[in-house]
Amino acid sequence: MNTTYLLTGLAVMALVTGLIRLIPFLIFSGSKATPPYILYMGKILPPAIMAMLVVYCYKGIQFSPPLHIPSEIIAGIVVVLLHIWKRNSLLSIGVGTILNIILKMYFGI
Amino acid sequence: MDTQKSAFRLALQNSIPVMTGYIVLGTCLGILMTSQGLPAWLCPLSNLAVYAGSMEYLSVNLFVNRMDYIGLAVTTFLVNARHLFYGVSMIENYRPLGWKKYLLALLLTDETYSLVAVKTQVTDKMAYYIYVTLLDYAYWVAGGILGAVAGSALDLNLPGIDFALTALFVVIATEQWLNSDKHFSAIIGLASTLTCLLIFGPKNFLIPAMIAIAAILTFAKRWEDKIL
Repeated sequence: MNTTYLLTGLAVMALVTGLIRLIPFLIFSGSKATPPYILYMGKILPPAIMAMLVVYCYKGIQFSPPLHIPSEIIAGIVVVLLHIWKRNSLLSIGVGTILNIILKMYFGI
Repeated sequence: MDTQKSAFRLALQNSIPVMTGYIVLGTCLGILMTSQGLPAWLCPLSNLAVYAGSMEYLSVNLFVNRMDYIGLAVTTFLVNARHLFYGVSMIENYRPLGWKKYLLALLLTDETYSLVAVKTQVTDKMAYYIYVTLLDYAYWVAGGILGAVAGSALDLNLPGIDFALTALFVVIATEQWLNSDKHFSAIIGLASTLTCLLIFGPKNFLIPAMIAIAAILTFAKRWEDKIL
């Protein structure tokens, strides 16, 4: 594999990713006050983003054959219920992850 | 000094799920790259320089098929455009950090965003932001080095352990829901993304979903005092 190609490719990916991450801060920084619209978006966006990220994690889930429920769905429901009950993040995440591993290893789902 | 210590301890504690996910996924990425004939140095370097997991996983296939630089740039933009949202939502919170905010901006991944975007009880918020960001970065780089060095000799065959990151997002979304009596934003986020996933399919839904969310929330600003 050509080293120059790989290094340039990495540089392109790093540059585009870095620009995406920096642009909002470059546009709305400095001593000027942040515009009200951006302040509003900053406050209203986080719940929408987290919902979007959850769907993003589940995008590849396969529901075939019919009536097959993927382990990630079962583990996800357990995480939500356990979290409503105990409100302990590490407990919810730990139990959900271990349950998902067990479902995959021993139940093949 | 005491607040510094508690900020670090809280950052360490809250980032345990990210540590699990990043070390496992970082290591697997290293194994995947070497198994596809890519050099061992590529994964650690990619984790250091690019630091965007889903794009890095995708890049293995693109590199093997020798995709041209324009194609790489466009794909990177499409996969990572969601990070624009994170910046917009953190501008005000990162403002007191001065020049350091640019460093934190460069290292703002999905997982780091999910940890810094929620309210914490810590007194020194800025120290907490810095520790969370640097710890997450360290986990990802450590995973890449581990994967590259150990290669396929390492048996990481624990299927489904990467669910830790999904569970982290699920917990944070649940926590946000329970902490507020206003659910407009969460419902719009969920409904828009699901609708776009059904219409555009798993490969192309994220950008339309972002546009839909931004448009609807912008339109809804007139009801700001009711929905926020």
